[in-house]
Amino acid sequence: MTSYRQHELANGLTVVAECNPQAYTSAFGFFVKAGSRDESEEIGGVSHFLEHMVFKGTPNRTAEQVNLELDELGSNSNARTSEESTIYHAAVLPEFQSQIVELLSDTMRPSLRPEDFETEKQVIIEEIKMYADQPPYGGFERIMAEFFGGHPLGQSVLGTTETVSALTPDQMMEYFQQRYSPSNIALAASGNIDFDHLVEDAEKFCGSWERFDAPRSVRKADYQSGFVSMHQPVSSQQYILQLAPGPATNDEDRFAARLMSTIVGDDSGSRMYWEFLDSGVAESAGMGGYEFDGSGSLMTFLCCEPDRAQESLNRLLKLQRDVKSNGVTQRELDLAKRKVASHIVLASERTETRMFSVGSQWLTGLPYRTAAEIAASYEAVTLAQVNEALEKWTLDTNMTLVVGPCEDLAAAV
Amino acid sequence: MPHQQTILSHTLPNGMTLVAQPMPWLESAAFSISVPAGCRYESSDKRGLANFVCEMVLRGSGNLTNRQFVEALEFNGVDYSSSVSVYNTNFGGAMLSSQLHDTLRLFATMLREPMFPEDQLEDGRQVCFMEVAALEDDLAQRAILELRSRFYGDPDGRSCEGSFDSLKSISLEDIRSFYQQYYRPDEAIISIAGKFEWEPLKEHVEALLGDWNSKPAASIERVEPSRQNHHISFPSEQTHIAVAYPALPYSSDDYFLSRGSVGVLSDGLSSRLFTEVREKRGLCYTVSASCHSLRDRGSVVCYSSTTTERAQETLDVLLEQLTLLGKGIEADELRRLKIQVRSGLIMQQESCRARANAIAGDWMHLGRVRTLDEINDKINGLTVESVNQFLAEHPPRDFLIVTLGAESLEFHRDIVSAT
Repeated sequence: MTSYRQHELANGLTVVAECNPQAYTSAFGFFVKAGSRDESEEIGGVSHFLEHMVFKGTPNRTAEQVNLELDELGSNSNARTSEESTIYHAAVLPEFQSQIVELLSDTMRPSLRPEDFETEKQVIIEEIKMYADQPPYGGFERIMAEFFGGHPLGQSVLGTTETVSALTPDQMMEYFQQRYSPSNIALAASGNIDFDHLVEDAEKFCGSWERFDAPRSVRKADYQSGFVSMHQPVSSQQYILQLAPGPATNDEDRFAARLMSTIVGDDSGSRMYWEFLDSGVAESAGMGGYEFDGSGSLMTFLCCEPDRAQESLNRLLKLQRDVKSNGVTQRELDLAKRKVASHIVLASERTETRMFSVGSQWLTGLPYRTAAEIAASYEAVTLAQVNEALEKWTLDTNMTLVVGPCEDLAAAV
Repeated sequence: MPHQQTILSHTLPNGMTLVAQPMPWLESAAFSISVPAGCRYESSDKRGLANFVCEMVLRGSGNLTNRQFVEALEFNGVDYSSSVSVYNTNFGGAMLSSQLHDTLRLFATMLREPMFPEDQLEDGRQVCFMEVAALEDDLAQRAILELRSRFYGDPDGRSCEGSFDSLKSISLEDIRSFYQQYYRPDEAIISIAGKFEWEPLKEHVEALLGDWNSKPAASIERVEPSRQNHHISFPSEQTHIAVAYPALPYSSDDYFLSRGSVGVLSDGLSSRLFTEVREKRGLCYTVSASCHSLRDRGSVVCYSSTTTERAQETLDVLLEQLTLLGKGIEADELRRLKIQVRSGLIMQQESCRARANAIAGDWMHLGRVRTLDEINDKINGLTVESVNQFLAEHPPRDFLIVTLGAESLEFHRDIVSAT
């Protein structure tokens, strides 16, 4: 009953949708290929700051009007910025399709008025300080920088208080004019969508956006390994983060690597669960993948009491070496597949999740696949492929960062 | 609302309630089981006991060991969780509809035949210690738990974690005895939402739990709260501000008048708190207000966090907005709220987990379920006049304030009326 539709405007803007006439709601999102990897050091944090400014008004609307209208359409709206994309999204009842598309389209050409810019700068600084007080206390930004070396993927999405304070509206406008080309943007939709009307509206509201080249360097990162310790005396727990190389967005073995992550580090029933969580050695422990264009990483995390941190580091290394040399079992793979299959069905029942899937697939540049087709890719993974992934993506050779009250932790041996 | 919304319910001979909402358009199903074993029933020297018991019942039951139980859930692809609140211990999960009956069987055995193996006791205790430790680093949660404790007093303002010392003192005997007394069907609720056939489900639940013996309810004493403002000194970048004031509980007939007024404060991007505290003044990233209900009492809880030097202004603006709300709301605000609520309710129809939790909560508070249509009608029935009359009679006041941060704030500054 669902159908996939795609259309490209003359200026290069892509409209993609998974239409399901049975759905009660509709979700829309502008997916822009603009993130912290596209920033120079000087303008660190500009992608994320721009994401905030997009809600602060256009030549046609004040900031207040944007907020009022989003609420008047009963929308559930938000935005997010990552290393390589910025996504603006809203879910509404189907009757508001045309209005929400007009509103979102208008906001995508923001005014960047100086007074709004200065007020919003304060909000961003509060956001940076909010995260500075939360575990792992800047540890994530630091390990990304260490692991990716000088590669742009190691740059912080939020930026720092210093870089954000120094940003000007002119610098932001210049960045906007480098990244927000329609050829770099997709309008993704899911749910109860009138696709022909959607294309008509996209033409009407986005057709005049001028196209320009917006290249991005996707050279492969030169991954670094090592051990970094950050002292955080006010923290009561010790936090351990590790980054190891992992598959990039389009690597063939990403499904095998994700199942491997589930087996080793899912929050229930995994190797790490039985080693650390069931016994209460750690408060949290697990792993997951970060896939990017051309590069990728697998993150392992663990939080425990300071006096058990060295023991945990050692046990983690032993676990990683053991799973690599002995492989995983068929039973573990079967259980991981059942978990993933169930998760895909549950997630796909939400209209918004489907919109994110359609838009994110466009970002990767691969042909569209349904939730069932993606589930089939997991089902097809063999035990040998998971064990190959364990050989290739060496969890035990990684960048390790510890943050917390301990001052004398050492790399595990 | 799209689709006919049916709520089905059935009372088992031992008093347990089965309540369900069919969502045949889904492939999944979710359940929630609540037993009346909340932390309010712990004796004051055994705080954390309910949470410890919840941890231990998951560590082997019937003929399954801890590991076999977890594997069985994995095999069924169940995304499961457990938690302890003031009133209840809750177990929940979501999965493919085809695995529902077998999963319910696993949880029914867990409820009725936990083994409490001695060799799992210290691991279980360690997991409970970890929950206490994790809270230390969650500054926002610490401020809100302190607020709740001061607002509701003991035992209804409790949080479930306990302390290292109290957890250390808990024995296997304490665990068995708490289980014996409070894991009982009389006030237990099992809710199901998603794709299922009602008659076979009813028979299945009846067979699993219908002959679970009931036990008498316990009575407890309540200590009235002092409601003193409080500052927790901590060298953080931001100051966390938590404010509560008395409000109607969910069970009240007038609840939606109160809920509507809080919606004007905090629902959506054009809400008063978001506009005044964040958008106009750039004082914070997060600011919110929400309704919190016990069975017979309720509160509105507001929260924000901001850099130390801007914290006083943030608190002042927040209190000013709360006070201003007492003077009434505008027609446009109510109109926006109505469409937002309708939209939010329809979106709930996409999630069996959200519905299973919502119908269980309704049953606990009301002994019945408010359907989405009924809630929509209640909100649509609000008028500016009815909300404003309510606010005139029940203006936000008697604020209780808890802050956490590097410097304490002035709590008794006069609230200047906004112009």
